[in-house]
Amino acid sequence: MTGADYNFAYLDEQTKRMIRRAILKAVAIPGYQVPFAAREMPLPYGWGTGGIQVTAAVIGPDDVLKVIDQGADDTTNAVSIRRFFRRMAGVATTEHTAEATIIQTRHRIPETPLAAGQILVYQVPIPEPLRWLEPRDTETRRMHALRDYGAMQVNLYEDIARHGAIAKSYDYPVLVNGHYIMSPSPIPKFDNPKMDRSPALQLFGAGRERRIYAVPPHTPVRSLDFDDYPFTVQRWDECCALCGATDSFLDEMIMDDRGSRLFICSDSDYCRGRQGAGEAAE
Amino acid sequence: MYVALKGGEQAIDNAHAWLAEERRGDPSVPALSATQIAGQLGLAVDRVMAEGALHDRELAALAIRQARGDLIEAIFLVRAYRTTLPRFGTAQPVDTAAMALQRRVSATFKDIPGGQILGPTFDYTHRLLDFAAAADPSPAPRAAEPLPAAMPRVLDLMGAEGLIETPPAAAGDAVADLTREPLDFPAGRDLRLQALARGDEGFLLALGYSTQRGYGSTHPFAGEIRIGTVAVEFVPPELGFAVALGDIDLTECEMVNQFKGSAMAPPQFTRGYGLVFGHGERKAMAMALVDRALRAAELGETVKGPAQDVEFVLSHCDNVQATGFVEHLKLPHYVDFQSELELVRRLRRAAAATLAAEREAAE
Amino acid sequence: MTGSGPILTAEGLGHDFGRRMAFTAVDLALWPGEVLGIVGESGAGKTTLLRGLSAQLTPCRGRVLYGDRQGRQIDLYAQSEAERRLLLRTDWGIVHQNAADGLRMNVSAGGNVGERLMAVGERHYGQIRARAADWLARVDLDVGRLDELPSSFSGGMQQRLQIARTLVTAPRLVFMDEPTGGLDVSVQARLLDLLRRLVGQYGLAAVVVTHDLHVVRLLAHRLMVMKGGLVVESGLTDQVLDDPQHPYTQLLVSSVL
Repeated sequence: MTGADYNFAYLDEQTKRMIRRAILKAVAIPGYQVPFAAREMPLPYGWGTGGIQVTAAVIGPDDVLKVIDQGADDTTNAVSIRRFFRRMAGVATTEHTAEATIIQTRHRIPETPLAAGQILVYQVPIPEPLRWLEPRDTETRRMHALRDYGAMQVNLYEDIARHGAIAKSYDYPVLVNGHYIMSPSPIPKFDNPKMDRSPALQLFGAGRERRIYAVPPHTPVRSLDFDDYPFTVQRWDECCALCGATDSFLDEMIMDDRGSRLFICSDSDYCRGRQGAGEAAE
Repeated sequence: MYVALKGGEQAIDNAHAWLAEERRGDPSVPALSATQIAGQLGLAVDRVMAEGALHDRELAALAIRQARGDLIEAIFLVRAYRTTLPRFGTAQPVDTAAMALQRRVSATFKDIPGGQILGPTFDYTHRLLDFAAAADPSPAPRAAEPLPAAMPRVLDLMGAEGLIETPPAAAGDAVADLTREPLDFPAGRDLRLQALARGDEGFLLALGYSTQRGYGSTHPFAGEIRIGTVAVEFVPPELGFAVALGDIDLTECEMVNQFKGSAMAPPQFTRGYGLVFGHGERKAMAMALVDRALRAAELGETVKGPAQDVEFVLSHCDNVQATGFVEHLKLPHYVDFQSELELVRRLRRAAAATLAAEREAAE
Repeated sequence: MTGSGPILTAEGLGHDFGRRMAFTAVDLALWPGEVLGIVGESGAGKTTLLRGLSAQLTPCRGRVLYGDRQGRQIDLYAQSEAERRLLLRTDWGIVHQNAADGLRMNVSAGGNVGERLMAVGERHYGQIRARAADWLARVDLDVGRLDELPSSFSGGMQQRLQIARTLVTAPRLVFMDEPTGGLDVSVQARLLDLLRRLVGQYGLAAVVVTHDLHVVRLLAHRLMVMKGGLVVESGLTDQVLDDPQHPYTQLLVSSVL
């Protein structure tokens, strides 16, 4: 497969225009899921076809792309998607969050705060936050339209009644701009506060489910909770074994068959940056 | 250290090289050509064309070879190619009554104008492994039988009596296209038929079978199955008249279903329709069963089986979507899992503390 | 605070299913705190009428007016669906014959009662829970079963839970469709007693559809008798039951006695 046989960034220009129109609508109605005619992509459904289409629609030759999966640049799916765009668009790629103009992600928001002008593209498997309460699209669309969200809050109530806490650790639903309930995609709830009033543009693409939605810069994003059971994020007793960070999301590594554990930053760029800074300071 | 194993370029390159090696197989055995696949594994090629939604034997054969015979993978390859092709318009509806037939059977009438033609079918073969053919697969020549040029469709014959619903005249109407517009519910019949035509044969087969076992019965009869070649015509706007683009192979199945009548319609037979590229009789029949089952709501029947549920069927019939999402589970989910680990540990700590407090209180 | 007019008015209300008339030419006015019984045999159109009155089915003819807390008369079906749904979550309540239609069977008793509070913006878990527990007690349910699923409740208990869920947001108007249907006679008696107590205590206006004259004798101030989609007789409950004028009402009353 070579880029020469295909249009810039794989998709034809008509398709890109269609996707851009969907993105514009999504930006105009924060948190609202805009249906779009997702194309079949050369990568499988569930592997990021929505995010790839969004990225392909917004990327230009001068963009610098970063792709992460689980926070890291070197996970196989991130490598594969980065290669795809290197081949199909010939754009520069980077692993440094601060250098990237577009960051496509699966399951994480980078630890380094995003800046104005950056675009974060999320790969979304199930865009409908009400899906597990109501399997039918016709019904969930009506629930969104009428803001009939009692059932969602009941779900959280049931968690507290049963477990003493809201037992949702990722894909934790948020209320966008005080109106639509939105799925943040399966990022850990640790990352939810980063969405709130972010200066970056956040775009969400779900290929198989044919939906695009967005959080424009500086939009309020509130994680659902109760006044007396406020939203909290995960904390670790350990710090990163490589960079010593105490403020980042840590992956747990099993080191040997006796079950020894090591905790390491999920965000590989953030970790490397801290290690570099540490060495420079010495 | 372990962290270095997180993934990487080298691992992918090695995997691809290994795959290429496996694909080729034993190098002392001659490689299969796509021509051989197109010629001798014709039904596999047909299935890839049908569910890949692209009528091109050579490309389908190439895809099958590249996919090492994994047909869903081959369908995926064809789809990913097809989606990049420019659209220059919509063809005229094909006239299956004018089909150059290879096969045509009806289960509803013993004798039909033009007769029943079995054609190249597995029906009535004894399913005994043919060890002799393994040594010499060259067949004995068949008796040539002259076929009439065009035969009327059986259901058209019934229509003359008013016993069967008249299909809505679709000529000229714009038809839906789920590859260009997002699939939306409620879905009209055109959209449903398109989704079913692209849908997974196995899934539709199971759904069709379920309607025969009481999950949304449709009382079906195979009104007619025909396989053959039709011409595709197109009217370029600058010319204003139809020009032939070429011929395609099609399998068409029209089911006749009992209908007891409703407030709006008298008792009559209704139709279920199946149409697929190439020779795909099983798929076309299953599609016709499911198409009719999906009309339950429209015809005022109780929706009680999965095959009658439009959202259920249309959301799950596409095997490229299904395989992608099922298989994505092998991608790393350690961030989510890490979050769950943390949660379970915390809940366990809380539960243990409660238990300890209770014990203490009891003492 | 309550307006001077009726809380619910129907004018020339009618509905057809295809060519079949379900009910027609229904006029009624319900006043705050009043309970109206609608009786008749099954197929008389009373459940369809109830659905037409309670924003669950848009009728083919006529209109329904709701007199809100500010004394305005609101044309129900001229409202948007969002406004009607809001009404159903706040000022109105519906008690279904089948408790499963009015409850979430996979959500705890507390969650079921709390949902209506959360739907109108309550966000304090402790307060929601306290009010749910309070309402369980008010309908004579064991507060200790707050976290149990309705599926572990008996039919009568499910019905009382549904009533608690309906009344927790202090509605002004409640619609009930055969509220005691499908229950044992002794359970029916307890439930009726409870309903009578609650209706009196909170000054609820209610429309009760039933085929059971005992229910309306106990609950309803006024009565409408329906047959074949038409109102054949209406008046004060005692008057209609003790001195029925229409031959059908006479038959209905005599068949019970």
